[in-house]
Amino acid sequence: MSQKVLDSSGPSLLQSPVSLKKIKEITDKKISSTPESKIPSGPIDSKWEKHKMDSALINPANRRKFTAIVVGSGLAGGSAAATLSELGYKVKCFCYQDSPRRAHSIAAQGGINAAKNYQNDGDSVYRLFYDTIKGGDFRSREANVHRLAEVSTNIIDQCVAQGVPFAREYGGLLDNRSFGGAQVKRTFYARGQTGQQLLLGAYQALQKEISNGGVEMHPRTEMLDLVLVGGHAKGIIARNMVTGEITSHAADCVILATGGYGNVFYLSTNAKGCNVMSAYRAHKKGAYFSNPCYTQIHPTCIPVSGDYQSKLTLMSESLRNDGRIWVPKSPGDVGKAASEIAEADRDYYLERKYPSFGNLAPRDIASRSAKEVCDAGLGIGNSGLGVYLDFADSINQFGKDTIASRYGNLFQMYEKITGEDPYSQPMRIYPAVHYTMGGLWVDYNLMSNVPGLHVLGEANFSDHGANRLGASALMQGLADGYFVISATLPNYLVNESPGTISTEMPEFREAEENVRTRISKFLSINGKRSVDSFHRELGLLVWDKCGMSRNRSGLQEALKKIPQIREEFWDNLCVPGESNNINQELEKAGRVADFMDFAELLCHDALDREESCGGHFREEYQFTKDDPEVASGYTNEGEAKRRDDEYAYVAAWERDDAGKLDLKKEWLKFENVKLATRSYK
Amino acid sequence: MNLTANSFIKFYSSSIGKKVIVAITGLALIGFLLGHMVGNLKIFAGPEKINSYAAWLHSMPLVLWGARIGLLACFFMHIFTTVMLVIQNRRSKGSRYVYQHTNKASGASRTMIWSGIIIICFVIYHILHFTVRFANDYDSSAYIDTMGRHDVYKMLIDGFSWLPASLFYIFSMALLCWHLSHGFSSVFQTLGLRTDKTWGLIKASGYAYSLIIFIGNCSIPVSILAGWLT
Amino acid sequence: MNLTLKVWRQKDSDSKGKMETYVVSDIPEEASFLEMLDIVNNQLIESGGDPITFDHDCREGICGSCSLTINGVPHGKGKGITTCQLHMRKFSDGETIYIEPFRAKPFPILKDLMVDRSSFDRVIESGGYVSVRTGSAVDANSMPIEKDDADTAFDAATCIGCGACVASCKNASAMLFVSAKVKHLNSLPQGAPEKTKRVVNMVNQMDKEGFGNCTNQYECEAVCPKSIKAEFISDLNRQYGTAIVKDAIS
Repeated sequence: MSQKVLDSSGPSLLQSPVSLKKIKEITDKKISSTPESKIPSGPIDSKWEKHKMDSALINPANRRKFTAIVVGSGLAGGSAAATLSELGYKVKCFCYQDSPRRAHSIAAQGGINAAKNYQNDGDSVYRLFYDTIKGGDFRSREANVHRLAEVSTNIIDQCVAQGVPFAREYGGLLDNRSFGGAQVKRTFYARGQTGQQLLLGAYQALQKEISNGGVEMHPRTEMLDLVLVGGHAKGIIARNMVTGEITSHAADCVILATGGYGNVFYLSTNAKGCNVMSAYRAHKKGAYFSNPCYTQIHPTCIPVSGDYQSKLTLMSESLRNDGRIWVPKSPGDVGKAASEIAEADRDYYLERKYPSFGNLAPRDIASRSAKEVCDAGLGIGNSGLGVYLDFADSINQFGKDTIASRYGNLFQMYEKITGEDPYSQPMRIYPAVHYTMGGLWVDYNLMSNVPGLHVLGEANFSDHGANRLGASALMQGLADGYFVISATLPNYLVNESPGTISTEMPEFREAEENVRTRISKFLSINGKRSVDSFHRELGLLVWDKCGMSRNRSGLQEALKKIPQIREEFWDNLCVPGESNNINQELEKAGRVADFMDFAELLCHDALDREESCGGHFREEYQFTKDDPEVASGYTNEGEAKRRDDEYAYVAAWERDDAGKLDLKKEWLKFENVKLATRSYK
Repeated sequence: MNLTANSFIKFYSSSIGKKVIVAITGLALIGFLLGHMVGNLKIFAGPEKINSYAAWLHSMPLVLWGARIGLLACFFMHIFTTVMLVIQNRRSKGSRYVYQHTNKASGASRTMIWSGIIIICFVIYHILHFTVRFANDYDSSAYIDTMGRHDVYKMLIDGFSWLPASLFYIFSMALLCWHLSHGFSSVFQTLGLRTDKTWGLIKASGYAYSLIIFIGNCSIPVSILAGWLT
Repeated sequence: MNLTLKVWRQKDSDSKGKMETYVVSDIPEEASFLEMLDIVNNQLIESGGDPITFDHDCREGICGSCSLTINGVPHGKGKGITTCQLHMRKFSDGETIYIEPFRAKPFPILKDLMVDRSSFDRVIESGGYVSVRTGSAVDANSMPIEKDDADTAFDAATCIGCGACVASCKNASAMLFVSAKVKHLNSLPQGAPEKTKRVVNMVNQMDKEGFGNCTNQYECEAVCPKSIKAEFISDLNRQYGTAIVKDAIS
């Protein structure tokens, strides 16, 4: 396909100051450097078809000889386990929750994108591909993203066939809405509970396969280590969280679908149990970790109300369609009730700075702007970390009933949590960590650099670049699980002889022993502080120094402080109870121990990436009034400034046994979409 | 045939199947209550009407005994199945809450088994009293009317003139209607004959029906005790 | 706020449990109920005690993990909420609060306030799905569905499988849970081919797991955090009866 420039989706584009020729020189020069992404050759729109044709096949009689371990039972893991079992593979699926139905995919509210073009408004696979690349701030692989856009349509067919009750029009056909500033209506939704309905679809498919005997389910079981045999991922060590039993599980390959690492910040919209342990264990065993610094901060969450706070609650982004965001103009008004602040004394800062997008500015921009005003001492609420989202004008214009019909559920949820009535006083909101784009590095087959180790969904880094578009997380999880892994897994398995791995192998014994030693260590420290107190301390530091905006000295400071916290953790931790029964403190200790190490990796990556892009904002790299783009009025002062010539790569971090980090770069090649600066003015 | 019987056994062994049996037998008994009441209310039309009505019923022994056996079967099935369900339910709950709280379950629904047991006692007494005529002289020649029929009118007057019998009757009727106030709407719930739209009407009809049965049946002993019927 | 907590403590499923009393002080009114327990646990840990075990995960009312009975009400007082959505401002200073696990034989207590609800998974396993293989689906819009049916299916599908219905029922009946899944799938054309098999198998599995039966008291409807309607139970009764009749005569 020839290059296309589409200019209809979201912000206008301007050629990057770096000439295309120069980029091409750089990318051509560096494209062959490690690691090998195995992207098929040929035009972008036929790569996936070609790859499927070129992929190995395993005949049905032989498939049942292979066993796959799937860790995680959310959209990616649940759908992968069900699909592989349908194909005839033996599957062992693990989750820490008491049922696969409770994985945190369930909490996604908004919807799922698909290039169906049912609305006849000009959507296409190419446009979804293009929007995703651009939304990701040109830091994702073209081939992966195009594949995602291609299979998006199959996902909707599959889910509807499973009985997922998507919203429908009166004619009985599926309804769509526009989401996250997209210019086309391509988002399928089930009220505000799309994630729940999709997960239940995958869960039910999984239960079907459990009853058929194809999947052996291990709920309340946590993976504590990855086992390599001859350098290949061939099993895991897991702990039964009820009996405390440590068990080895052997297989022919291991699939991780364990979600993101947002809880490194302690407070996030993730579930309390979400953790980075499986991915980090794999990283310690040699798997590259990619782009951890790309973290998405969601602008509309309920602010923190005190230091007892355990998690943050997301309020759907759709609220910004009718709500106006403001803070007082003068710090003197900060303590006053909203109703006492005159219209003239309010600063509707998004409308002021981004007149054409106003309150609908993209997530990263809306979040950063909220931080700016709060840092300037204009934040509202007890903590000073909050801004108003005001519906008064919309209620005046459309009436209370109309607003209630649009957002009734959300208003109720807000009222339940805060005890305040959003019909009569503005909501208080503040950004919170929501999704992490970074993850384990994978090639086009979704296999990491460790042979046999495959990574799906939020746990991998592959499709969202530096920033994820709304309604794309569900799409990616299900694409990986239902349609990609089933086609690419045979490429690995075909060269393996099934059933040769046994848990009697010394590699399993050794890994089990290490796990036991670590558990005994936690229980024997007998210090004074709880796991949560360390987690909170770590999270606060990481949020402060590596949160919505980052700078060199802050990151360096964090890198100095994290080892200190870790040292005290291993010295003064208190984990009561025993290891041979339910011990929630012990579970948390293992997770937080890995967050301690992971936080360092996160800060290293953020320090290394000396540019601003998507979810990574480095204060040193923003547009200033001296830049031609600002002078021409194309963008504003203070907007994120990418540096494509130096940083158009995927950072793949390798960790050696001594803990030393080595950065490998996978240079990104843009053959179909032109690199350009985003502008939302 | 054999397979059909198998289906019934499967049905009966399921929890819903048992509930459906309770509902259907309950419905038969609810229907009987109305018929029985309407017949008895003929007492207000005088001895001629009620005695001839009784004689007419007895003139069809096959129908009468068919109905009696059918009703008794429903009655026992209703009780037996309910007891089985209660046992199963107690077993299912296991331990009870230390702090007990009820949200919306009606008093009647929570005491069905107790109101039921008292109603059983009443029914036994009632049948012995007026049908078997045990330990009384209602079968004697004193209770033959001028037309040579059994004098049901006199039997009722004499039977309810004894205050304790009337009081027990009224008390039992109250419990029966308390039982019905839950049972009536439950029949619709269990047989799958209700929606949220029809629910209000069904519940109201249940209360109305219970009240009619209560007032209708109690009007007889009350009238007798008050001396309006002699 | 200062509170007296009476909490069910039980070492494991084989042990006998009992209520224990904890006097706690300085609980912020804005805290959620689970955050209050976090504070208590933190104090217990730092004073060498044994923290209270309870299930929780998303803490935003959708995963269905949290499962506390508070003053005799599963998920506590308040319409349409899960335990994690209950906030301390709903209680008064000096109050005594009883915290117990979801009680039902098919939900054995694992420890303290944590129960095993895998019986629900096995009920779904017995038929709570549509047997469609990945990749075999037709175009999503090839089968229009009346909006009312789609909406009803959605209302039923919002069940989060928390088990409050069972916990509130004096018979530990799972009818609301089972009826919601049957209603969800059997209302849609996609679920139609397995309609009969589904309802029979799911009811049989429900009985096998030892759940009690429905005595039409609607306590389940009162505590359901997703306001699933008891109307669906009536529908389940009808569908089951029809399925059996069909089976008997054909």
